[in-house]
Amino acid sequence: MRALAWHGKHDVRMDTVPDPEILNPRDAIIKITSTAICGSDLHLYDNYIPTMQAGDILGHEFMGEVVETGPKSTLKKGQRVVVPFTIACGSCYHCGKHQYSACDNGLPADNQDIAQTIYGQPMSGLFGYSHMTGGYAGGQAEYVRVPFSDVGPIVIPDGVDDDKVLFLSDILPTGWQAAEYAEIEPGDTVAVWGCGPVGLFAVQSAFLMGAERVIAIDHFPKRLELARKFGAETINFEESAVYEALMEMTGGIGPDAVIDAVGLEAHGLFVDNIVDQIKASTFLGTDRTHSIRQAIIACRKGGRVSMPAVYGGFVDKFPLGAFMEKGLTLKTGQTHVQHYMPALLNAIMEEKIDTTFLISHRMDLEDAPKAYDMFKNDQNNVTKVVLKPGLGR
Amino acid sequence: MANEFATTDDAPLTASKDKHAAEQAGQTLIEPKGDSLVGRAVTINRPAAELFAYWRDFSNLASFMENVVSIDTLDAKRSHWVVKAPAGKTVEWNAVVTDEAENSFIAWASEEGADVPNSGRIDFREAGARGTVVTATINYDPPMGVVGKVIAKLFQREPAIQARRDLRRFKQLMETGEIATAAFTQEQLDEERN
Repeated sequence: MRALAWHGKHDVRMDTVPDPEILNPRDAIIKITSTAICGSDLHLYDNYIPTMQAGDILGHEFMGEVVETGPKSTLKKGQRVVVPFTIACGSCYHCGKHQYSACDNGLPADNQDIAQTIYGQPMSGLFGYSHMTGGYAGGQAEYVRVPFSDVGPIVIPDGVDDDKVLFLSDILPTGWQAAEYAEIEPGDTVAVWGCGPVGLFAVQSAFLMGAERVIAIDHFPKRLELARKFGAETINFEESAVYEALMEMTGGIGPDAVIDAVGLEAHGLFVDNIVDQIKASTFLGTDRTHSIRQAIIACRKGGRVSMPAVYGGFVDKFPLGAFMEKGLTLKTGQTHVQHYMPALLNAIMEEKIDTTFLISHRMDLEDAPKAYDMFKNDQNNVTKVVLKPGLGR
Repeated sequence: MANEFATTDDAPLTASKDKHAAEQAGQTLIEPKGDSLVGRAVTINRPAAELFAYWRDFSNLASFMENVVSIDTLDAKRSHWVVKAPAGKTVEWNAVVTDEAENSFIAWASEEGADVPNSGRIDFREAGARGTVVTATINYDPPMGVVGKVIAKLFQREPAIQARRDLRRFKQLMETGEIATAAFTQEQLDEERN
């Protein structure tokens, strides 16, 4: 099959590799029909993430058609499914509590060592995202092997277009969880840092959860325009001072809840710095953690901080004093995708949520290397690229 | 635990910073077989009886113990183990069950003439809604002493690393019915498992 493989910094190529096979009883093989490039893929592209190996197949936002099933899979050939980016078993203690991204069994035993060392306990597996998250081949390919296919993938009814449901795989549940973690109360003002896909979905979700006002913060005009379409007020941080603006806009109180949806773009996973600890202080002591610091300082007393933004290592200059003195609450974590998928699919079917606005480019899978370059270098115009195998033929 | 090492510390001996921990374990838990002590606990979301029964049939252990080449049952208490060692070699021993209580624990020790003298116990403790806490405690004498231990570690065949990974695989097999792999072809999987 053809697949997008990582070969090094800013070097991704379409390679011909063997087709995936059923290896475990609960596996399924999916023929990809749509697969997106995530903002977090850019960190692999920029070589921020350690434990990548040349030839690793990328992609963790994908959907397609079931073409083969293991004896314990509950899927049927021909079904269309969206696959969660988190690989979770559904049978461990954490999956039982719907904490799917904390699954005990998603990672191969040997790969658990790295996360155990860095984080204290291993996390779930992820598709196409380095060997510390399992080394699983991703979905920017013609086919993918999906473990635990009886738990993860959600079946999509016939007649629903790929573009409407593709983002159930990651960014829509991530934006939704971010808003849920902000514990929004009626009348609240919520501030969202970052108007990438997760930030924009968090804006939408916050309104659906009863926020009276949402203030969106970014510097890309096109992204701020999108936030405004959903009813958000905006702050362009290149034009205005964010803290001052927020305080004025909230009558000197500060937002009731703040959401940091910047992390990945601005910060990277930084695990490389843990591995190379020597560099940590210089690398992390920059403005790269600016959004979470600003969010904590701006948040009203007793308010809530939600952090969907991905951080991998250590940060310094974290305003722990402000956090403690103001009595803030922080909720964060990788998304428990499997938990949110059914309700969000319903919301899409009932047309309460539309995610298609986000897609700025649809391209053939063969053009994936070009798409990475575009996404990296023109973030104002390229909000989301969806790759479709065979689109150009 | 009442003994000469008693302190205000309730942590298990396997986490001890005291260099006499292995010796102490030998006095209280298992037969003394060397100066290296390894311990791992894992919580498995299955009943203790099911886990005990699977483990007690030693022929099952090769399904999740990656370095085990073969385990042959000799009689109700004794088994012959062939285990991979660094540099393509294997080590062998006969193990005998020295004590056991159904659904609770199995203790073993190697017999005379073992390539790697070892002893240990595997404990199964009911943990309510969370399932069963499985604890492996292994006492062993690394071949070529400390040098051998370092070499083994380099080749990832060190018992501490193996115990940790083997217990994870045991948990995966018992909880999910399979052992997680990131391979995507049978060929890759075969390479990974050899």
